[in-house]
Amino acid sequence: MTFSPELEAKFDKLMKSYPPGRLRSALVPMLLFGQDELGSITPELIDEIVNRIGVTRLQVQEVLSYYSMLHTKPLGRHHVQVCTNISCLLRGGDKLWDHVCERTGLKNKEVSADGQVSIEEVECIGACSWAPAVQVNYDFHHNVTREELDRLLDGLEKKQ
Amino acid sequence: MLYNKPDPQEVKVLTRRFGLENSASIDTYLATDGYQGFLKAREMTPDDIITEVKTSNLRGRGGAGFPTGMKWGFVPRTSPKPKYIVVNGDESEPGTCKDRLLIENDPHQLLEGMMIAGLAVDAHAGYVYIRGEYRYLIDILDKAIAEAYSRGWLGKNIQGTGFDFDVYTQTGAGAYECGEESALLESLEGKRGVPRIRPPFPAVSGAFQCPTVLNNVETYSAVPSILRDGGAAFASLGTPRNGGTRLFCLSGHINRPGVYELPMGFNLLRMIEEVGGGVWRGKKLKAVIPGGSSCPVLTADECDLAMDYDTLAKAKTMLGSGGVVVMDEDTCMVKAAMRIMRFYAHESCGWCIPCREGTAWLRKLLIRFHDGGGARSDIDLIGDVARNMLGRTFCPLGDAAAMPTISFVEKFRGEFEAHLAGRPCPHEHADHLALV
Repeated sequence: MTFSPELEAKFDKLMKSYPPGRLRSALVPMLLFGQDELGSITPELIDEIVNRIGVTRLQVQEVLSYYSMLHTKPLGRHHVQVCTNISCLLRGGDKLWDHVCERTGLKNKEVSADGQVSIEEVECIGACSWAPAVQVNYDFHHNVTREELDRLLDGLEKKQ
Repeated sequence: MLYNKPDPQEVKVLTRRFGLENSASIDTYLATDGYQGFLKAREMTPDDIITEVKTSNLRGRGGAGFPTGMKWGFVPRTSPKPKYIVVNGDESEPGTCKDRLLIENDPHQLLEGMMIAGLAVDAHAGYVYIRGEYRYLIDILDKAIAEAYSRGWLGKNIQGTGFDFDVYTQTGAGAYECGEESALLESLEGKRGVPRIRPPFPAVSGAFQCPTVLNNVETYSAVPSILRDGGAAFASLGTPRNGGTRLFCLSGHINRPGVYELPMGFNLLRMIEEVGGGVWRGKKLKAVIPGGSSCPVLTADECDLAMDYDTLAKAKTMLGSGGVVVMDEDTCMVKAAMRIMRFYAHESCGWCIPCREGTAWLRKLLIRFHDGGGARSDIDLIGDVARNMLGRTFCPLGDAAAMPTISFVEKFRGEFEAHLAGRPCPHEHADHLALV
């Protein structure tokens, strides 16, 4: 399987980041960085990682079923994550989440039919002092109002 | 980048470079006394470095508040095994958003803190574990690490001192539990983030079963100034046994939420009134979670307190991770307790039964209760389930879920009673959760 030069460079660096005999340590970063490029953790990506770092498929499955950011099915191209944990809740994060559900017609973790947008109600993303907060893929949006959320979603639709 | 305005009452030690142009670059760092603490430590013996850190009264900023110098002293320096410096950058405690700023605005300060820890325990490699959601910080830190290598501040024979030190970044992938130190080490080894049985503690058997120093981002970030200006200077900023400053994350119903660096022992009411600009919309204060969602809640009457580990322990709560969550008079405490428990039930790793089952049942009970379907006996049942989790789990996540729950039920029992008899939440009409 061929990856972009950037991802290959990341993988090469990871292979040199651990003490001898400890390549399994590269598993979680390789899965996440691979998913960033491919959109999801595909069987081919798993094969490649198994070959490169010598882990078993069971060890990969153990990790896949544990970490909430690892997905074997593609998310939307724009994955809209709304935090409703305590600090965001106090400033209306739950209302933002209701609004995202209503506007997109999607339920938690669903992907739109065209594959462009998916939504997720997430736990604390570390933006508590600038709540309510939304993360689209890895980009943070702070102090989000309903109007700003609408503009954000409009923008995503235009990007399609 | 800064996301809120600084406050004049701040005492800037760890955040002193925040707001400078290119504050994350090595040039800015070197121009502002950067790496001077390391050079000074290089002239000292490991014992003297640890003594300096002990003198500073620096205590772990991740939540537990364990004295940092003492922790470093537990590492068997003469062990033939390699030793490791591991940074806990998994910042996931609801209410906490400070480590993010420290890495984003001053990554070299963190690297220098790691190097000094390396000198203290004879370690030559370090890992910075960062939660997956903070993906952009990996890029910022990788850039800072590359700069440090190219300028001879990392790698072999650093600045001709004969000391070798390598640093690597490691990403998590979405798991609160990985902020627990032994679960973090499991994750670093490519496994599910479940806790290890202790002892042995990480100081003896940590990363790759080797002696390991494991501290929070903020803890390491405090170390360069301690070596540069002396432990006594740092200690004098705080209260006895609670040295220095810390980054408080003000959130919730407050006029000026933000992250502010204030001396240890700063009064909580003053923090809310003066630094945070008071409770929003002219409302009255109802309650404060003083150190992240794991800490027992304080009623408004209990908030006239010095914010340090010992004072909060006396008040039967914790300074925790510095996340100060402010709740106004219209807040539904049942809803707050319910949302916090939904979080712990989601994040319980499932490794031990009291936590896995306890959080799941508490979640169900609290959701039903908030929806008006609770029975009077449920109020005691909630407290009972929580009390039976306390001290019976492999790691502190079980306690972190149980402690706030018990405090919500005990201190706001009247609100729980008001939800009985199928009535909808009495607070929902207040529209206090409408968007800002």
